[in-house]
Amino acid sequence: MSTVLWGVLPYLALALLIGGTIWRYRYDKFGWTTRSSQLYESRLLRIGSPLFHFGALVVVVGHVVGLLIPESWTEKLGISEHMYHGNALFWGTIAGICTLVGLGILIYRRRTTGPVFMATTTNDKVMYVVLTSALCLGLWTTALAISAGSEAANYRETVSPWFRSLFYLNPDVDAMAAAPVQFHIHALVGLLLFAIWPFTRLVHAFTAPLHYLFRPYIVYRSRDARPHAGARAARPGWQPIGTHDRERGAR
Amino acid sequence: MRVMAQMSMVMNLDKCIGCHTCSVTCKQAWTNRAGTEYVWFNNVETRPGQGYPRQYEDQEKWRGGWEVGRHGQLRLKAGGRLKKLLTIFSSPVQPQLGDYYEPWTYDYQTLVDAPLGDDFPVARPKSLITGEDTKITWSANWDDNLGGAAQMGELDPIIAKLRADASAEANAKIKFEYEQTFMFYLPRICEHCLNPACMASCPSGAIYKREEDGIVLVDQDRCRGWRQCITGCPYKKIYFNHKSGKAEKCTFCYPRVEVGLPTVCSETCVGRLRYLGLVLYDADRVTEVAATADDQALYAKQLEIMLDPSDPEVIAAARAQGIPDDWMESARRSPVYALAKRFKVALPLHPEYRTLPMVWYVPPLSPVVDLLKDQGHDAEAAGSLFGAIHELRIPVEYLAELFTAGDTAEIERVLNRLAAMRSYMRDVSLGRDPDASIPAFVGMGEEEVYDMYRLLAIAKYEERYVIPTAHHEDAHNLEEMACSLDFDEGPGMYESGAFGEASGVPTPVAVETFHALRDRQTADTAASSESLRGRVNLLNWDGNGRPEGLFPAKEKS
Repeated sequence: MSTVLWGVLPYLALALLIGGTIWRYRYDKFGWTTRSSQLYESRLLRIGSPLFHFGALVVVVGHVVGLLIPESWTEKLGISEHMYHGNALFWGTIAGICTLVGLGILIYRRRTTGPVFMATTTNDKVMYVVLTSALCLGLWTTALAISAGSEAANYRETVSPWFRSLFYLNPDVDAMAAAPVQFHIHALVGLLLFAIWPFTRLVHAFTAPLHYLFRPYIVYRSRDARPHAGARAARPGWQPIGTHDRERGAR
Repeated sequence: MRVMAQMSMVMNLDKCIGCHTCSVTCKQAWTNRAGTEYVWFNNVETRPGQGYPRQYEDQEKWRGGWEVGRHGQLRLKAGGRLKKLLTIFSSPVQPQLGDYYEPWTYDYQTLVDAPLGDDFPVARPKSLITGEDTKITWSANWDDNLGGAAQMGELDPIIAKLRADASAEANAKIKFEYEQTFMFYLPRICEHCLNPACMASCPSGAIYKREEDGIVLVDQDRCRGWRQCITGCPYKKIYFNHKSGKAEKCTFCYPRVEVGLPTVCSETCVGRLRYLGLVLYDADRVTEVAATADDQALYAKQLEIMLDPSDPEVIAAARAQGIPDDWMESARRSPVYALAKRFKVALPLHPEYRTLPMVWYVPPLSPVVDLLKDQGHDAEAAGSLFGAIHELRIPVEYLAELFTAGDTAEIERVLNRLAAMRSYMRDVSLGRDPDASIPAFVGMGEEEVYDMYRLLAIAKYEERYVIPTAHHEDAHNLEEMACSLDFDEGPGMYESGAFGEASGVPTPVAVETFHALRDRQTADTAASSESLRGRVNLLNWDGNGRPEGLFPAKEKS
């Protein structure tokens, strides 16, 4: 059982994440967008979206540091386990709550603003469920760790070595199996999130426009650069105008 | 010097009758899709008026375009790259649907389906956004023909600006009471700027300017919907497709232009007020010119980088840049170059946004002429007309805010030229001796005035639209040459080749329509269907006669 959960599933999720992303990038560049709904509503978005996104970025950084940097390294730097843990819990809680509150505002907005709700697909709803549960479970592990105080399970001795071992292609299944159950559930939902990532609107994160900082303002491009115009089928995105397409597209 | 060619347009506002045909045909051609219901690549605004979206010209509010920084450097008004990335999760100043309008349709089905009863069934307005019943409160041209101007005229950002300047003579004179006001129409498309702020704002780099003809396009495969371009464009001519989550904009009808056809808005323009042609410019100086400190000098500076296509130096440089000779020939015949640089009667819209727009306007003289006529003057005599342009401060100051960043002298110069042309040509038309002093007064020669008259008043189709085609060696890249043979189940798969009925590459519809239209316009008989190869294109049938093939041949019994 452990082998399937911690030795096989992660690779399946990774395969879906990488393969799915490549597939989506090759075949659905047109669908690769943030699908912003700011045109419909801006007041709640102005609070919710930055709160969620910046929170999520800190959460991601926290995970990267916690999972990738071995305990021995931080100890060599003279950061005690106690200090590290306290800091991680402190920042993790703040970032997690920000993200969750932001997400809450965004979901509330999505549900209550008519046009935004109309533009919500089933895909979005599934994604929201998985994202929210991953977030809540993550906060739950944090809450448990806080309540346990110094007794708290040290995930850097269980989860982190397992996570790193995945990339050596020699998964340390036992280490992960030894972690408390809350980490198990959180990790599983996390894997699910990565598995569905390429197939949801979350893909926009992979094209974060950091190159904007370095590119010239004016972009010239030759007409010849356009790939085989006319030689392909009509691209998606054309739907006749009207209210009936709402019913047809009851996604 | 880096010579680049730019497809550009001039609109002669004197001729615009505000019929919205350009808007409607453009919409039918390009934006009749779900997600673009509120999108008008071409719209016609009544000025004074708020424009579309509402008050888009108020850049203190919308932060569009460029500004010159403290050290004379050019920067986006909405903020630099870092600021843009940091505010990407929620764009600070993006117009909402309410600033455009909530698109709607009517529930026509009830007119047919309603059960028999005493009351007439009603087709209720339905929102195209939510599909629910809606109340119509605004649209793309709600203030058409000054509708509601008595109450809302003050909301025009330019009126507000003139009012704020209490010393301006125009302040007291701008009135919105019936019979005391003035108006004209302003058709707008994307400006296909030389220094586009939308492009500079795009985090993905999806918006690009075509090297060949300068048309600004959005790569739909690279746009990620970060929507910064909408803020960046001061003309608010980039729209967000709320279905696909991508930015869309006027394409200058590039599939038509590539095969030498005018844009849809130009082709269908009832007043024949649009001119299409090439302009050569020096791409190396674009940023330098856009960073000119003085707003009012921008117009002259932009004229400076428009290169003379007859200048041997320019010709040599253009050849070195790979601009084909037939394009150079088109550039020499370009009506846009003639109106903008040779006659200097076309002006850019809001040069102070510093995007170096390339859709220019001949400002309207008509309000002046109308007023003189009403006052009982001989409206087109040179003396009274020149005098009136100086006297009539109202349109001049307003026009100056639109076209010259407030420089009224420049507007007066242009209106004088237009007035001079009318007076001079009137003598010619009436068989009187032409008065050479009239053109001389506005710094033009008689020959020049006559050329301008031909272009503005006669405005032959071939002179209005000088569009070089894209090159044959590039033909495989043309959008409409859709008959590439190398795809599955393409004609190439069957080798039906040069024989049989359906053989050969089909003529693109646009080309066929073009030839049919020209035949019809130049023929003095009813429309013939000869050029249609046995088929009838009903779009070209003018209702006269019965073209061959309209009905199936009668079977002989």
